[in-house]
Amino acid sequence: MLSSYLTLAAILFCIGLYGALVKRNAVVVLLSIELMLNAVNLNLVAFSKYGAVPSLTGQMFTLFTIAVAAAEAAVGIAVLIALFRARGTVNVDEFDEMRR
Amino acid sequence: METVFTQYAWLIPLFPLAAFILLTSFGRSFKGLGVMVGSAASLASLVLALLVLFERMGEGVEDYQDGFKWLDLSTIQLNIGFEVTNLSALMLVIVTIVSLLVNVYSAGYMKSDERITVFYGYIALFTFSMLGLVLADNMLALYIFWELVGVCSFLLVGFWYQKPEARAAAKKAFIVTRIGDAGLLIAILLLFWYMPNHALDFVNIQNVFNEQTGTIAAGITTLIALLIFVGAVGKSGQFPLHVWLPDAMEGPTPISALIHAATMVAAGVYLVARTFDIFQASQAAMDVVAYVGAFTAIFAATIGVAQNDIKRILAFSTVSQLGYMMMALGLGSLTGGIFHLFTHAFFKALLFLGAGSVIHAVHTQNIHEMGGLGSRMRITAWTFGIGALALSGIPPLSGFWSKDAILNTALHENPVLFGVGVVAAFFTAFYMSRLFFLVFAGRPKGEKQAHDSSWTMTLPLIILAVLAVVTGFVETPWNNTLGTWLSGGTETTHTGGGLVMVISAAVGVLGIYLGWLMYVKGTIARDAVSSRMPWLLRLLERKYYIDELYQVVFVRGLRGLGLLLQAMDDFIIDGIVRCVGGAAVLLGRGGTRLQNGQVQTYGVITLLGLVILIVAIAGRRFW
Repeated sequence: MLSSYLTLAAILFCIGLYGALVKRNAVVVLLSIELMLNAVNLNLVAFSKYGAVPSLTGQMFTLFTIAVAAAEAAVGIAVLIALFRARGTVNVDEFDEMRR
Repeated sequence: METVFTQYAWLIPLFPLAAFILLTSFGRSFKGLGVMVGSAASLASLVLALLVLFERMGEGVEDYQDGFKWLDLSTIQLNIGFEVTNLSALMLVIVTIVSLLVNVYSAGYMKSDERITVFYGYIALFTFSMLGLVLADNMLALYIFWELVGVCSFLLVGFWYQKPEARAAAKKAFIVTRIGDAGLLIAILLLFWYMPNHALDFVNIQNVFNEQTGTIAAGITTLIALLIFVGAVGKSGQFPLHVWLPDAMEGPTPISALIHAATMVAAGVYLVARTFDIFQASQAAMDVVAYVGAFTAIFAATIGVAQNDIKRILAFSTVSQLGYMMMALGLGSLTGGIFHLFTHAFFKALLFLGAGSVIHAVHTQNIHEMGGLGSRMRITAWTFGIGALALSGIPPLSGFWSKDAILNTALHENPVLFGVGVVAAFFTAFYMSRLFFLVFAGRPKGEKQAHDSSWTMTLPLIILAVLAVVTGFVETPWNNTLGTWLSGGTETTHTGGGLVMVISAAVGVLGIYLGWLMYVKGTIARDAVSSRMPWLLRLLERKYYIDELYQVVFVRGLRGLGLLLQAMDDFIIDGIVRCVGGAAVLLGRGGTRLQNGQVQTYGVITLLGLVILIVAIAGRRFW
């Protein structure tokens, strides 16, 4: 049972990673990051149920993560909107301030 | 007897050093300072040196040595200090007298030169180095001053560095003497290695080599003596390292006087005399010294016959006379060598300063362009004549007595060398009379307004002429004052020898007579020899092609080697360096391309790094 959950989580994570590294649109990048987070959440839950020492701790952690992720997403969106107002674009290729 | 002044002998070199420092720091702002400071320092040194000398003439004076610890290497100590012996006291006086007179003379000779204060600074440094060399109480200190003397000669020979010849001559002087210096350095290292307790001071060296206890093997003794002699050969311009000395004539004339009479070349003879015990412990080394000296004496004398530059003739006569000194030392006569050094210092300084006075008046150095100067430059002509007679060995001038002492020794020790010495004396007399008659006799040509120089230039000439006349009397066949004083009465000087006196005087007179016949009377045509044997004249004029030989063998060879090494440096060593540099640059370029500000690129790189890390960790399991 565990391996199928883990496989699903791995697939999700890889999709998220691919999106985060490749997509141009900053919103999609943000979404991809959420996907990676949720892949991790899935792992946590799967281990808490089918792991070597099943306990509720993993599920509790997942709840926390979801809450923190929501906050993070809000901050991320806020940054994006600020960027969009300043630069008029959400294309990540054009954000290269770190070079300077 | 109390030694009051001897204790302060260390002050003698410090006066010129102070003058040098003063002139180097403030010389630019005070143009007239050079003459005053330089002369005052030399005068102070001379006074103190004379006081020391007088003190040492007293009865039962011990050698005085003092010094301080310089380096403490736990197992051995290196001291630096000074030692006053009769020999060094005499040298101190010679050096300071000549230095003072050169200082005074230069006031006139270098008057119009822009860098006169620099010149005086160099002279002061030169005097300091030579005095330090004379006073040094161990080989290491001596070597330091030995090198300083070399540096000063480089600076002064190349003083007119605007002239390419002067630059070349300065380099030649420095490089050729360096060859000798390398020998001396090896000798010092050998001494350090083999001496008991690694002692390098002269007192210990004398004790060890005098006792003949076999502390140091005979072969090593000979090797050390020969290597020291190599150093002396370089500095004193002996064959085969004599080539720098004639070229050193490119320097200002007062410097030639200083180099040839008191400082540079005297250093080599002094070194051999100072380490005489080492030489005496090895007959083979003594023979080498004697034969090299004798060969140099006749070799340079024959070259002197065919030269046309007034200073070059004098230069070759110096080489020849130094050969005499070396020959005397090699034959075991310390007195003869030092006595000749002593008298030679005065008449050779006199000749050079006289030549300077002539050059100053007529602005040429070619003796064929001069003539009839005797009536216009009376003081110069008279004093120069005295110097020339002294050099030719005409009694009762100083050169006669010292040459006589050497020839006397040679007759008793080695008749072959005696013959060589006599022939060389003949050539000496001949080329000096040729020089004198061509310059001062005959009809005037060239410069019409030639006249005697100012008193600053003629006064030193007169003083030196007096010295050239009287100094010979300190050691005559019936009066061994100098010999007894120098050697402490141990050396047996050959007395009597009326035959030698007659021969050497006759040879001198004959040489002058021949010169007179050729160049004044004209009874013998000037080209009597050269027209019949032009190859001989050419050979002598080109100085036996020694320079050319060195040019082909050493200079070309070394230059080839240098080019090869340079190519290796350029292509191989530099190639590796450039490769490393290029790799770093390439890496940097790649790095800048990666750092493009795109978070996603960074993410990909991080991911790649993580993958590599995982592969590496996982791979280790199967390794």
